[in-house]
Amino acid sequence: MKMSPEQIAQYKGVYVFAQQVDNEVSGIAFELLGKAKELAAPLNTEVTAVLIGYNVGNLVDKLAEYGADKVIVVDDKELEVYRTEPYAHALSSVINEYKPEIVLVGATAIGRDLGPTVSARVETGLTADCTVLEIGDFPLVAVPGKEQLHNQLLMTRPAFGGNTIATIACPDNRPQMATVRPGVMQKIEPVAGAKAEVINYNPGFTPNNRYVTVKEVVKAVSDVKDIMDAKILVSGGRGVGSPENFKILEELADAIGGQVSCSRAVVDSGWKPKDLQVGQTGKTVRPNVYFAIGISGAIQHVAGMEESDIIVAINKDEDAPIFDVADYGVVGDLNKIVPQLTAAIKAAKAAKASN
Amino acid sequence: MKIIVCIKQVPDTKGGVKFNPDGTLDRGAMLAIMNPDDKAGLEAALRLKDQYGAEVTVLTMGLPKATDVLREALAMGADKGVLVTDRVLGGADTWATSTTIAGAIRNLEYDLIITGRQAIDGDTAQVGPQIAEHLGIPVISYAQEIKVDGDKVTVKRQYDDRYHMVEAQMPCLITALSELNDPRYMTPGGIFDACEAEITTWGRADLKDVEDGNLGLNGSPTKIAKASDKVRKGAGEKVVPESPEDAVAYIVGKLDEKHVI
Repeated sequence: MKMSPEQIAQYKGVYVFAQQVDNEVSGIAFELLGKAKELAAPLNTEVTAVLIGYNVGNLVDKLAEYGADKVIVVDDKELEVYRTEPYAHALSSVINEYKPEIVLVGATAIGRDLGPTVSARVETGLTADCTVLEIGDFPLVAVPGKEQLHNQLLMTRPAFGGNTIATIACPDNRPQMATVRPGVMQKIEPVAGAKAEVINYNPGFTPNNRYVTVKEVVKAVSDVKDIMDAKILVSGGRGVGSPENFKILEELADAIGGQVSCSRAVVDSGWKPKDLQVGQTGKTVRPNVYFAIGISGAIQHVAGMEESDIIVAINKDEDAPIFDVADYGVVGDLNKIVPQLTAAIKAAKAAKASN
Repeated sequence: MKIIVCIKQVPDTKGGVKFNPDGTLDRGAMLAIMNPDDKAGLEAALRLKDQYGAEVTVLTMGLPKATDVLREALAMGADKGVLVTDRVLGGADTWATSTTIAGAIRNLEYDLIITGRQAIDGDTAQVGPQIAEHLGIPVISYAQEIKVDGDKVTVKRQYDDRYHMVEAQMPCLITALSELNDPRYMTPGGIFDACEAEITTWGRADLKDVEDGNLGLNGSPTKIAKASDKVRKGAGEKVVPESPEDAVAYIVGKLDEKHVI
């Protein structure tokens, strides 16, 4: 299934799957556009957002403001709610029609379903959960007797629960596809009034055996802000002991102006909802301060928070691996320390306010 | 009902990591377990078997020692085990892995295929949806609940801030989250029978409708340019305070120093 150099040469441009849910563009789409702009520069090419949904035309300008030069809109009633088949058909048809050299997809619960389906359909490789994307040579260093390809997408990702990192290329197939988790790439400062060229494209949607029926959509009732936007996170693990005991973390978060997040163990136990989970299968966060309270620090958790500016860990187990990444580690009983810390922070803030 | 569960033998992430000279993982040198999401998928299949009656076939691709996870699955209650193993299949990325497994599945009858969402070694979550794509059947990823009614299956499908109740026509493929259930233990009788059970072994020649160019390292579109152990940020300070008061004073002092409060 390798492509010839002539076939590969037909593929141009950096494309981003501009995920929207309920006609609202997901933050990941803006982050990917920021990265796409960086990648497009050395390739001397344009950034195209692929917007798929129903009645989504009003979202085009926003994509332009965040860096899209062009927006391809696939708008159809069948695309109202995310389903694998019509979305995979839409994105693969766009790829086959417009032949992009790079396609970036968010590693969200949608993108991690859509990406593999589309990559299999258009017969190319897909690298999951990339943390670094850059343009470079493959092989990285020239090998005698083997052609070194230039302007390749080099995709770096953690594997093995974060124990290893690998840099991957897709030299013989196009497009080069990658998924990126939310929070990893930076969006650009939006350019007010920016406009993109809009292309409306509809490949036709005929329901078949692969069209599933969505019987019910149940949204998690949550007035909580996204933990990825928090400056300070007070994160609890299994060591917190019970869902009720998260109250002391919430009080600390209130006192210091932060938000509560948690580890996977807490979500698995049903103590907290999934959207508060930090880690490899949750969200990647990089707040100014991350409190890891009663979190042992499994490598999968650390992978989602190690870029935080300051990490404070409180754990009774002196050998907990969280202390290997913490800037300030405190061995002790969280039940005693956390409430007193809350009181002390309130007092310190009150003292400063009165000065 | 016939159910195929795809399982993977994975290196236990708690063990050490070993590489081959070409940068691929040296799986032979590491401790191996059944991938947790796959085990949840197997448990889901066994519950459907308990509830409605079903024949459960477990299928794995790997080195001959991957037979161990097939026997574990049989001891938990699966009916048949299939090992797909061949030297030419080695070094496969997710594309080549999914074409291989689809090629094996084309030899089998099925109403439902269940895979884990992702394996703990690669964490890609790609192989399940790609198998469905190669077979031309619907995929429902991230299953939190599975119910069967006639020739339809209803799945609670998890998203980031919501879930969908999704109904699909069988045959279809479902990827299971480990939150789906708590897998059962092997039974003593099951272990005894599993040791005796015959495992079907298939090689390259047994794969149906698969081209050589889509198999193994050579058939993998993604190539490893470089692999290495991750260099982590070093540990900072660790203190063991005498009292909670001392602990609080230490933390407040550091936060103040960094102008957090």
